[in-house]
Amino acid sequence: MASNSIAPGGTYLSHKNAPVLPPPKQKDAWWERLRRSFFGTPLSAFLTLLSSGLILWLTPDLLRFVLFDAVWNAPDGEACRVPGAGACWAFVWHKLPYFIFGSYPEHERWRVVVTLVLGALLLAWLLWPQKMGKHPDKPFAAALLFLVYPLVALVLLLGAPIFGLPMVDTDLWGGIFLSLVVAGVGIVVSMPLGIILALGRRSSLPVIALASTSFIEFVRGVPMITVLFMANFMLPLFLPETVHIDRLSRPLVGVALFASAYMAEVVRGGLQAVPKGQYEGSAALGFTTWQSLRLVILPQAIVHVIPGIVNTFIGLFKDTTLVAIVGIFDFLRTVETARLDPVWAGPTISATGYLFAALFYGTICFGMSRYSIGIERRLAERKKGRVA
Amino acid sequence: MLKSLIVAVLIGFSLMAGASAGTLDVVKGRGFLNCGSNPGLAGFGLPDDKGEWHGFDIDFCRAVAAAIFDDPTKVKFLPLSSKDRFTALQSGEIDLLSRNTSWTLSREVGQGFLFTGITYYDGQGFMVHRKLNVSSALELSGASICVQQGTTTELNLADFFRSNNLPYEPVTFATGDEALKAYETGRCDALTTDASGLYAQRAKLTNPADHVVLPEIISKEPLGPLVRQGDDQWFNLVRWVNFAMVNAEEDGVNSKNLEEKTKSESPEIKRLLGFEGNFGEGLGLTRDWIYRIIKHVGNYGEVFDRNLGDGSKLKIKRGINSLWTKGGLHYAPPVR
Ligand SMILES: N[C@@H](CCC(=O)N[C@@H](CS)C(=O)NCC(=O)O)C(=O)O
Repeated sequence: MASNSIAPGGTYLSHKNAPVLPPPKQKDAWWERLRRSFFGTPLSAFLTLLSSGLILWLTPDLLRFVLFDAVWNAPDGEACRVPGAGACWAFVWHKLPYFIFGSYPEHERWRVVVTLVLGALLLAWLLWPQKMGKHPDKPFAAALLFLVYPLVALVLLLGAPIFGLPMVDTDLWGGIFLSLVVAGVGIVVSMPLGIILALGRRSSLPVIALASTSFIEFVRGVPMITVLFMANFMLPLFLPETVHIDRLSRPLVGVALFASAYMAEVVRGGLQAVPKGQYEGSAALGFTTWQSLRLVILPQAIVHVIPGIVNTFIGLFKDTTLVAIVGIFDFLRTVETARLDPVWAGPTISATGYLFAALFYGTICFGMSRYSIGIERRLAERKKGRVA
Repeated sequence: MLKSLIVAVLIGFSLMAGASAGTLDVVKGRGFLNCGSNPGLAGFGLPDDKGEWHGFDIDFCRAVAAAIFDDPTKVKFLPLSSKDRFTALQSGEIDLLSRNTSWTLSREVGQGFLFTGITYYDGQGFMVHRKLNVSSALELSGASICVQQGTTTELNLADFFRSNNLPYEPVTFATGDEALKAYETGRCDALTTDASGLYAQRAKLTNPADHVVLPEIISKEPLGPLVRQGDDQWFNLVRWVNFAMVNAEEDGVNSKNLEEKTKSESPEIKRLLGFEGNFGEGLGLTRDWIYRIIKHVGNYGEVFDRNLGDGSKLKIKRGINSLWTKGGLHYAPPVR
C-alpha cells in the first residue's frame, strides 16, 4: 500500500512522520553575517551609511569636548571660559560634594555615607544571584531591607538627639542622596502596596475592589506635577495655620502613591497571566487563600512581570527629578543651581553639568535594566532545566 | 451622633483658632521662618558650594529671623519660580516672599498682598550683543526678545514697543536661565529683565565684554518683600526690619562697630539699639531687636555691598540705591 493516500474529499494525508532534519548549517562566516545585518537590503545599507556618517561626524567633536579639550583641574571658572575650552570637569569635581549631599551640614555627612553604604550592601545581598539548592536567605535580606533599614536610615539621616545625632532638617537634604531617598521610598512602598492594590482590585469583595480600583484610576488620571504642586504650594489652604507638615514628606507620599498605582497595574497583569488551574490546584490541595497566594500564585505572577516591574522602577527613578519643581533640591536641581554660581558660570558649564547628570542617570538605569535581563535569563534557564 | 457633633465642633474651633493666630505667633511656635526665595539669581539668592543660601533677598529673610529668634539660621527657604511665587504666599506656605518682586498696584489689590517697602530700586533694561551695533533700545525695531514669563518684565516689554510703535517678537521662558541660554545661542537678538538681573546674567556669558546693557531703563521696578494682607502686626514687623537696617546705615551703625556704638550717647542710636524706649515690644519682639539684626546680618549698606556691590562679583553701583543723604532714594522713617 502506498504510504500516502488521497482521502475521500481530496485531502492529502501522510501516514508517516516527516523525517527529522538537522538544523540548517550556519555556514556563513562572521563577516558574512555582519554584511547581511548591515547591508542586507538597500534601505539597511543606506541607514548604515547614514548613521556611521553621523557618528564619524560627531565623534571627533564629542571626544574633543569631553576629553581632549576638557579642563580637568582649575580653582575657578577662569580656565573654562577661554574660547574653545571643552567640558569643565573641574567644575563637577569642585561641586561634587554639593551634588552628592546638597546642603546637608558638612560634619554630619558621614551619616549619609553610612546610610548609603548600608543600603548598597543590603541591596547587593538581596540581589546577588543565588545558587540553586542553597538554603535561601533572601527572605531575611528582604525583611531587613524593607522593614529594618528604612527605620535605621530615618534615624541616621534625620537625627536622634538621644543617640547623640543632631537633627538635620529635611530642607537641608539634597543632591544624589536625596534622589536616592525619593526613589528608595518609592520602591520600598510601591512594591508591597502595589501588590495589595492589585489583589484588592481583583478581590471578590465589592467594597475592596471598588476602593482599589478608584484609587488606581484616580492616581493614573491626574498628572504627578499637579499633585506635587498642590501638596507643596497649596496644602496650607486646607490645614489650620498651626499645622506644619514637613516639605519633603509631602512629595515623598505623592511619589510613593503614584508608584504604587502603576505597580498595581503591572502586578495585576502578572496575576491575570497565571492560569486558572493554578488557583484551582492549590485550592484542591487544601491551601488557604493566603498560602495559595504566597506559595503558588504570587511567585508565578511576579516572575511574569519582572520586565514591567523594573520598567516602573526606572520610570520612578527618573520621575524623582519632578520634585525639583516644588523647591526640593534633588540631584538634577543641584546641578542646575550650581551652574549659576558666578565663580564658575560660563559657556560650557551647563553642558558639563547636564552631561554629568546624564551619565549618572544613564548608568543607574542601564544597571537596573541589565539586572532585570539577567534575572529573566536565569529564570528562563531554570524553567528549561525543570522541563527537560 | 452626639460624639460626631462634638468632633465637628472641635474641628471647627481648631480651624478658627488656627485662622486667627497671627503670623508672628505661628512663626514663633514653629520655631523658624518660611521664606520664599529666588531659585537662583546671583546676588539676590543662590546656594553656595556648601548649599548655604546667600544673596540680597536672602539676607532680608535672615534679618527678619534674627529679629525674631536672635538667630539668622532659623529660616527655611522655598525657592520659587516667577510664576509660582504668588501661589505659595497666598496659600500660607511661606510667611514672607523676598524674591526680587516688583511692587505694583495689581499685586496688592488684585492678589491680596502688601509690599512692606522697597529694598532695591530697579528698572528694566536690555542687553544685546555688541556686534549688533545697537546703542539704544529704540533701534530694536523688529527684534526678537527673550523674556521671562509671569513677570512685570513681560508686560513692560509690550508697553514699550507698543508706545514706540515698533514691531517686535517676544520669546518667553519659564526661568531666567533658559532665557539667557536662548539669548546666548542666538535665539533672540536681545534679552530683557531687571537691570540688576542683567548684570548677574551677563557675568555668565562666554565673553561678558561682548554684550552691552543699553542705556534705556524702560520701567520702574521697585523690588521689595511682601506679605499677605490681613495681619497688620506681621506687616509692621517686616516693614520695620527694612527701615531699621536703613536707619542703622544712616546712623553709621554696622556689624563691626556695633559693640562700640552700644556706648554711644546719641539718643537716636540709643533708641535704635534698644537702650531708650521700648519699640521692639510694640512689634511683638524684644527691646534689642535691631541690635540682633545688625549683629547677625548687618545694616542695609553692608548687605548691599556684600551681595551686589563692591564686595561681590557683580559690582553694581549704589546709584539711586544710596541713602537719601547721599543723593539716593532710601529714606526710612525714624525709630521713635
Ligand atoms: N521684578 C520682576 C521680575 C522678577 C524676575 O523673575 N526676575 C528674573 C530675572 S532678574 C528672575 O528672578 N529669574 C530667576 C528664575 O526664575 O530662575 C517681577 O517682579 O515680575
